[in-house]
Amino acid sequence: MKAIRMKFLAVLMPLALLLGGCQNNTSVLNPQGPVAREQFHLIVWSLIMMSVVLAIVLIIFIYVLVRFGRKNSKGYDPSDTGNKKLEIVWLLVPVIICVLLLVPAVKTLFVLDHSPKATTTAPQTVHGKSLTIDVTSAQWKWFFRYPGQKIETVNYVVIPAGTPVKFRLHAYDAMNTFWVPALGGMQYTMTDMPMQLWLQADKPGNYPGRSGNYSGRGFVDMTFNVLAKSNTEFDSWVSGVKANQPALTMQKYKRLLKPDVIKGTLTFSDYPKQIEKNLNQAQMDGEDHANMKNMKNMNSMKGMNMNSNEKGGDSQ
Amino acid sequence: MMDSFIHFLLHRFFVTGDPMIYGADASIALASIGIVVVVTYLKKWKWLWKEWLTSVDHKKIGIMYIIAALLMLFRGGVDALMMRTQLALPNMHFLTSEHYNQVFTTHGTIMIIFVAMPFIFGLMNIAVPLQIGARDVAFPFLNALSFWLFFFGAMLFNISFVIGGSPDAGWSSYAPYAELSMNPGVGQNYYLVGVQIAGIGSLASGINFLVTILKMRAPGMTLFKMPMFTWSILITSVIIIFAFPAFTVALALMSIDRLFGAHFFTIASGGSPMLWANLFWFWGHPEVYIVLLPVFGVFSEVIATFSHKTLFGYAVMVWSMVAISIIGFVTWLHHFFTMGNTAEVNAFFSISTAIIAIPTGVKIFNWLFTMNKGRIEFSTAMLWALAFIPNFTIGGVTGVMLALAPADYQYHNSYFLVAHFHSVLIAGPVFGIFCGLYYWWPKMFGYMLNERQGKLAFWVFMISFNICFMPMYIVGLLGMTRRMYTYPAGMGWTPFNFIETIGAFGMGAGFLIIAYNIVWSTLKGKRDTTGDPWNGRTLEWSIPSPAPEYNFATIPTVSARDAFAVAKTQEDQENKKERQLFQPIHMPNNSGIPIIMSLFMFIAGFGLVWEWYWMVIPGAIGIVVCMIVRSFQYNDHHIISIEEIERTERAAGRLS
Repeated sequence: MKAIRMKFLAVLMPLALLLGGCQNNTSVLNPQGPVAREQFHLIVWSLIMMSVVLAIVLIIFIYVLVRFGRKNSKGYDPSDTGNKKLEIVWLLVPVIICVLLLVPAVKTLFVLDHSPKATTTAPQTVHGKSLTIDVTSAQWKWFFRYPGQKIETVNYVVIPAGTPVKFRLHAYDAMNTFWVPALGGMQYTMTDMPMQLWLQADKPGNYPGRSGNYSGRGFVDMTFNVLAKSNTEFDSWVSGVKANQPALTMQKYKRLLKPDVIKGTLTFSDYPKQIEKNLNQAQMDGEDHANMKNMKNMNSMKGMNMNSNEKGGDSQ
Repeated sequence: MMDSFIHFLLHRFFVTGDPMIYGADASIALASIGIVVVVTYLKKWKWLWKEWLTSVDHKKIGIMYIIAALLMLFRGGVDALMMRTQLALPNMHFLTSEHYNQVFTTHGTIMIIFVAMPFIFGLMNIAVPLQIGARDVAFPFLNALSFWLFFFGAMLFNISFVIGGSPDAGWSSYAPYAELSMNPGVGQNYYLVGVQIAGIGSLASGINFLVTILKMRAPGMTLFKMPMFTWSILITSVIIIFAFPAFTVALALMSIDRLFGAHFFTIASGGSPMLWANLFWFWGHPEVYIVLLPVFGVFSEVIATFSHKTLFGYAVMVWSMVAISIIGFVTWLHHFFTMGNTAEVNAFFSISTAIIAIPTGVKIFNWLFTMNKGRIEFSTAMLWALAFIPNFTIGGVTGVMLALAPADYQYHNSYFLVAHFHSVLIAGPVFGIFCGLYYWWPKMFGYMLNERQGKLAFWVFMISFNICFMPMYIVGLLGMTRRMYTYPAGMGWTPFNFIETIGAFGMGAGFLIIAYNIVWSTLKGKRDTTGDPWNGRTLEWSIPSPAPEYNFATIPTVSARDAFAVAKTQEDQENKKERQLFQPIHMPNNSGIPIIMSLFMFIAGFGLVWEWYWMVIPGAIGIVVCMIVRSFQYNDHHIISIEEIERTERAAGRLS
């Protein structure tokens, strides 16, 4: 009896820990926004279906072992080598299960392509129905750029709760993935292709995120916080940054890009125009190179063709 | 000059500064000296060279594959235990970030390419020719070359951690991180060149076994009368032939990037990092089936043998493997659902991936129904096969969960994924390899592995495996990602990680019991005098254990599936008399060229790793010279006389 109770406890313990984990904000099982909730529903649905499959297999497995695994078990029949009807049954059962899983999965795929439904009107400073934020991963820190508000933050991002946020994902050097488990699944940040990820928070709160793709020595430190704020708080955060924080200079930006971990967060009220193009390392080097060339050109041919400075950035 | 040379040796050539590495240096040196001393003391050099190193006998090559794979399993296992020690508690300082990154990279690469693959090649070398009634494989020389290429590829990859430093970009080595600008040094070169050399061997083995199975079956053995393990190897060979070239190309392109400054996988000059992901997984996903289908074959043999029944639904078992192998080629993108594909593309690959569950599910039910109405005998081999069913099903159903792309956005690269692929790759290939080892051991060596120790090892390993990997599913859903060298406290991850570490050490204990079992049984194991210790059903059990050089004194004629089981029930004397009419047997000669040529490959490879072209060139010339020498070798076979066959058969108790 005591042994059974111990076993019961042993089963319950991880469950209790799991439930404890549900309350923390890094858990997939504790969705805090419409995107994560869609995914959570699919996870639960597939978990139920798969538990059924596992249960069927285990029941037959145990039955067969108990029935035919004893020394003197009866019913040995070596001529039992196939059964068309049965084989069709267990061909059809997985087919049905696959259909039951794939239909909602594909539907969800297309839902996630679009903006989630806003639950409040967007804050004034957002200028529209949704907020767009450019995310750039670099070894080993996260840059967040607000093209509408001309704000740049490092290792944290502030969003209004209830308003859809379109994250455009870029990588400066190595690939990473942008993952905020409580708000939704991850997407890669890549050097050659901007990626898009819609997320939205239900309520104000702090939702930790991290990179899910190994990118070298400081990978573990590639974490950031998503701070969801109410509309008024968001507006006052924007105006506070604009009033109190310094602007990001190109020099400072280049210093920050160097492969190193940045502990803590940074906030800037403006950023240089070139970096709005989300240059990756090769483009940035190309730009520097072109600038150098232009400088030389300017020295030799003073006053000519100042425009080429601008074009240099497009070289890939 | 001298100073700069010494500086190079201490700071770039030898890995210095870590006591664990010094320990490894010392143990490598001691082990090498020990081997040399023992072989010299026993005066076995000539024997070693003549009987083993130059052998083209598929049974000996199989045994060498398995010995090498066991050693590599030890290395990969130590890597795993180092990682689990580091992750047992938050903020541990057992390993630094750099060291941990190298360890997970070598762990993954070694376990897939230098453990699972050679084990599979070992088992197929031993069993396939015996199962189809052949005297060797189609190309015995090439077979030896395959083994030595694998071996030297593995050695090249292995020395990286003491000479020059290990690769640290993960076994999947995603560009652009694995490229020169972010990953300078020789580590990644070791990966590219070492794996490439082993890969050439694998591709050759695929061709070899495809031809062997298609052309060298005993008379009467039609394709649909072949044992299921042979079927699985036939299909696996086809997968190898189609999948490996993609990897060969990918490795070559990245080598060209790193060594000669090209930009195939970096965005500069128009390259594409994502191209690497595509090429890698176009090989990488079929690779999973390359290591999985053969063990499906092993389980089919073992479950039928120890249920004392023919396999249930034979034809369906074959067709489901064919289906898996074909669909397996159109699922590779599910490894990067999260790389910005359109919803349509992700939908296609979600469906193709989930569909693989259908033929796999069919196979599971067929195994269950093979046991149904059987007489189940719980031998060690059978225990591994039985444990496979529930454990692999868990890996399979979580695989279906991962196949649903929108949900995968949450699982991708998390510990949920880590748990899934270990569930599949341990409950599949690892259980299957141990299963096949216990099953075919008597055929390989002529004695049995101790069953009591084997069962103890099984229970320790199997239970520890679950303790190690079940918590990973949960910790993944709690937001822990793979390849983290440490983690902060207070995330709710600590208890799970601690339990996982306990499980990992339990698996290590299980492995040690198996090693002990092998040593114990070698000294005191029961001899297998019958050649048929399990009451087997296929042809390999019809000949003495260990099999004589020529395998079959007379080539059997096959009339049904489970040929040997049928023959045993008929048991007519006339047949036996006929068997004594021997004919001289034509067999291939041993050759030293495979090992020498592979050694040149190693030398050239080592030169490439360090970009020492003065070393690459003689290595390459050596390879070409070996090829030329081989092409002019006309005396490449010998004839075994009737007297010698009679002598051998009489010694095995097959002739009165």
